[in-house]
Order: sequence, then C-alpha cells, then structure tokens
Amino acid sequence: MRKEIPFLISALTALFAVLAFFIPHRPFGGLQQKMLVWYSVVTGVAMLIGVESLLNNHYKRIRRQENVLYSSFLILGFLITFVLGVYSIRKYGDAFAPNSPFMFIFNYAEVPLQSTMFALLAFFIASAAYRAMKIRTVEASLLLAAAVIVMLGRVPAGAQLWAGMPRLAEWIMEIPNLAAQRGILIGVALGSVGMSLRIILGIEKPYLR
Amino acid sequence: MVAIKYRPMFGILMAIILSLNVQVYDTPNDDGTSITIKLPWQTGKYKSFSIYRGTTPTNLKLIQNFVVGETYKDRGLRPGGEYYYRIVAHTKDGKTEETKIIGPVKTIATWFNKNRLGILIAIIILGGLFVYFIEKARSGAELFIRKISGLEAIDDAVGRAAELGKPIVYIPGLLGINSIPTIASLSILRKVAKKAAEYEVDLIMPNADPMVMTTAQEVVKEAYLDAGRPDIYNPNNIYYLTSDQFGYTAGVDGILIREKPGAVFLQGYFYAESLILAETAHSIGAIQIAGTTSTTQLPFFVAACDYTLIGEEMLAASAYLSKDPVTLGSLKAEDYAKALIIIFLIVAILSKVIGFFDFTKLLIAK
Repeated sequence: MRKEIPFLISALTALFAVLAFFIPHRPFGGLQQKMLVWYSVVTGVAMLIGVESLLNNHYKRIRRQENVLYSSFLILGFLITFVLGVYSIRKYGDAFAPNSPFMFIFNYAEVPLQSTMFALLAFFIASAAYRAMKIRTVEASLLLAAAVIVMLGRVPAGAQLWAGMPRLAEWIMEIPNLAAQRGILIGVALGSVGMSLRIILGIEKPYLR
Repeated sequence: MVAIKYRPMFGILMAIILSLNVQVYDTPNDDGTSITIKLPWQTGKYKSFSIYRGTTPTNLKLIQNFVVGETYKDRGLRPGGEYYYRIVAHTKDGKTEETKIIGPVKTIATWFNKNRLGILIAIIILGGLFVYFIEKARSGAELFIRKISGLEAIDDAVGRAAELGKPIVYIPGLLGINSIPTIASLSILRKVAKKAAEYEVDLIMPNADPMVMTTAQEVVKEAYLDAGRPDIYNPNNIYYLTSDQFGYTAGVDGILIREKPGAVFLQGYFYAESLILAETAHSIGAIQIAGTTSTTQLPFFVAACDYTLIGEEMLAASAYLSKDPVTLGSLKAEDYAKALIIIFLIVAILSKVIGFFDFTKLLIAK
C-alpha cells in the first residue's frame, strides 16, 4: 500500500488533468483551474515548512558555532522584515502600501541587492565567453565568428564597418539560431510527453522506492 | 438597471444596420458558461461598445461599458441558459447606434473540444509508439540508444568528489514541483543521491521552492535506503533558501564558495542566474554537469560547464540511467515520434507552398 496509494494519486491526478484538457463539459471543465487552486493552497502550507527549514537550519549552525555571523544576519534580517511586514499590514492595511516600512526595506535593500547580483552577470559573461571562444576546434571558431557578427550587428559601429552587418546578424538570429532552438523545443515537447506517460503508467517513480 | 430607450425611425434603421454586423453566438468548445459577441470593430467607425444582457427581452441590463476590440466574451453564464443582448455602439463622432434585441442565444456545454483534435491524434500516435516499443523491449529486442556523455560522467563526478573528500552540491533550478524539468531533475537526483550514498559523499541541496524541498528530501531518503545506507542520510542538507531569484543565486554562490564542492549538478529550469552559478562553480574548480530545457540558458551552460544535457537529454536521463529495457523502449518511441514530426513538417510545408492544405489549422490549440 505504501507504493500503490502514492502511485494511484499521481496517475489519477494526471488522468483527470488530461481529461480536463479535452472535455470542457462539467465536471471536467474547470478541473484544471481547481487543481491549480489546490496546488496554491498546498504551496502556501509548504512555504511554512520551508521557512521552518531555513530558520531551523541556521539556528543549528549558530549552536554548532559554524558561520555564526552569516546565520545570525539571516535570522535577524528575517525577523526585522517579518515584524515590519506585520506592522505595515496593521498600520496601512497592506504590507505593499507605497509608504510602508516593509516597502522601504524592499525598495532600498532588496531591489539594490538583486540589481547587484544581476550586474555580476556582465563579468561572468565575459569570462565564460573568453573560455568558450578560445579557438581550439572548428565548432569554437564558428561560435566565435557568429558571436562577433551578432555583437557587431547590434551596435552602430557594426553598420559603420559594413552596411550589411545588422542584416547578417539578424539572419543568424532568425534562421540558424531559431531553427536550432525549435529543434531543441520539439525534442523537449516530445520528452515531456514521454516523461509524463512514464509517470502516468508508473514506469518511472522517482519518489518511490 | 439601465433602461434601453427606443429611438425614432432613424434610430431603428441604424439599429438594423448595426445588427447585421454584430454576431452573438454560444462560444464553441467551451463548458457552456460563455457567449461570444463579435463586434464590427474592423469598420473603424466605432470608438467603443456598451453591452446589455438579460434573460428576457424586457430585463436587459448593462453588463459592460467601453468595450473595445473585435470580440467580447460574456463569461460566467449558466450552461443551457437562454440570453438576450442589445449592443450600443459609440461612434468616433460622438453619436450612438444600437442594435435590435438579439436572441435568445442558448449556451451549450460540449463534451469534446474539437480545436484540440490534432493534439489528441498526436498523443494517440505517440502513445501507440510507446506501447509498441515497450512491448518490443519486453520481448527481448535490443534497442540502440546513443551515448549521452553528460550522463555517463555522473559516476566520475561523484567519484571525484569522494576522492577529494568534498561534498556535492545539487541545484534543482527555480521552478516548482509542477514543472516537467523539475520532475526530471528529481529523477536525476535519485541516481546522484544513490551514488553519493555508495561513496559516502555529502549531498547538499539548496532549494528555491518548499514543495521541491520536501519532495527532494523523500527522493534522497529513498535513494539512501536503496543504497543500503539510511544511516548517513541527513535531511538538514536539503533545505529551503528563498524563492527570490537573485537571493537564491547569492545564497547558492555563498554555499559554493564556503563548501568548495567537488561536483556541482545544475539540473532543472534556469533563468538569468544560470551563468552566475555555473561560473562560480567553475571558479572553485568543481566538475559541473548541467542540464536544462531552457533554450535561452543552454548556451551559457555549454560555455561554462564541463557537461551539458541539452533539452530532451535531461528528460531522458532517468530512463537512460536505469538501463531498464522497458524505459529505454519509451526513449526509442520518442526518437521515432521525432522522425514522424520531421516527415510531417516537410509534408506540411510543401502542402502550404503548393496551396493544397494548411495543416497549422489542425495543430493550433485554442
């Protein structure tokens, strides 16, 4: 029963989702929407488990004297944000009210931190591109040539060098690049159907022994 | 209630003219809860429309004002119900024209969405191929599946971490448990965790979704039981970080820098964080095996990682690694389905070019 019940739940849920896709009549029509609502409810409860896991993990680290500073900062940050969120709801009726202290933390701490992390991408792109474009093989040479054309085609300097550069860059993006992407996406779609069928039929059960 | 005023002779004439251009009908292929109103928007004469609805011709009420666009869907109706409509058009020169009362229009719930017939046929063909190749595999036929180096390297990566005495970090991407790449990632996790248990290597897994975290804890626990080492399973190594994209990226980067893992697995659906994670893992000298179905992030993984599972390779990983003939049969079916799609695409393109038939009409799901 330990195996059969979870398998039945997953197989029947998938079967109902497939039926709801093809049959609009009640009780199937709208079933997918209802399932999404249930999923949101379960996710909400799971979020509590997630927060408990996060705080518990860092509390244990502090007790073990392991990265105390980082873990203390995380717990302190969580508590300050949580308290300010509750305070904002009580005072403004909504934590996301424009002048609330919660939004102050969001706008002046979280958003700049997110932007900083995103900005790092520029440096990582440069280092990864350097490694990928070192001419060692024919493929790497093709990659380098395509990258140079696309980069030049997207800046005014490229058009100054040769008027046809932007059109060539566009052609690379619209024809060979898009064709390769569509090929991958067809494979992904088939793989998704295949994987779904394997799970529905019980051939693949990663969550069971 | 907004009463409809009857206009003199000119108004009635205009109402008839407008009625000719307005179509009100039960929305086809739905659950019987909506009626579609097609408006004469393309004439360019009207600024917006007001729509009145009632269950009898005498109790019409305004349901929507300032409607713009070619069609309006009146939703939330009773299946099998009868409804009457009147449309008032506001012209660009500030005048109004109105239709006569249209109806009764009856809502009908349908049992099969005909717009999805093409998809049903495709699923039946694919399902048939599946059954055929699974049965063929069961009967003992040898099926050739090409070598996927990214999957062959899993054992080496875990072995390397074991030799170095370092942990493994497994990153499942940002999406939730309802996404196919995440489910595929958990299948790969099962194999990685089993190997980690056999080699007694710590497996660290920070998560961006609490549902993925709880599922991953179960998957890893089962893998450790499979390997006969439930004693070394540590649920605290699989934890929740944050659902925020760059918060998660910063957290994982911190873990990579502090723990210095011997192997890093990036398996799932990634966005802009993919390269930041892959490059950080490269900077600490970890062997990286990435896999994603996101075509926009694949080039970053190919450039930065040692091995990359491209699209369907990731979805096929579990079947490939199991070496079970039945699951391998399902992979073979996918290959044949792909060949059929290529043939179909060639036929469809030729058919459209010579003007014989437009197959896209069959395939677009509405």
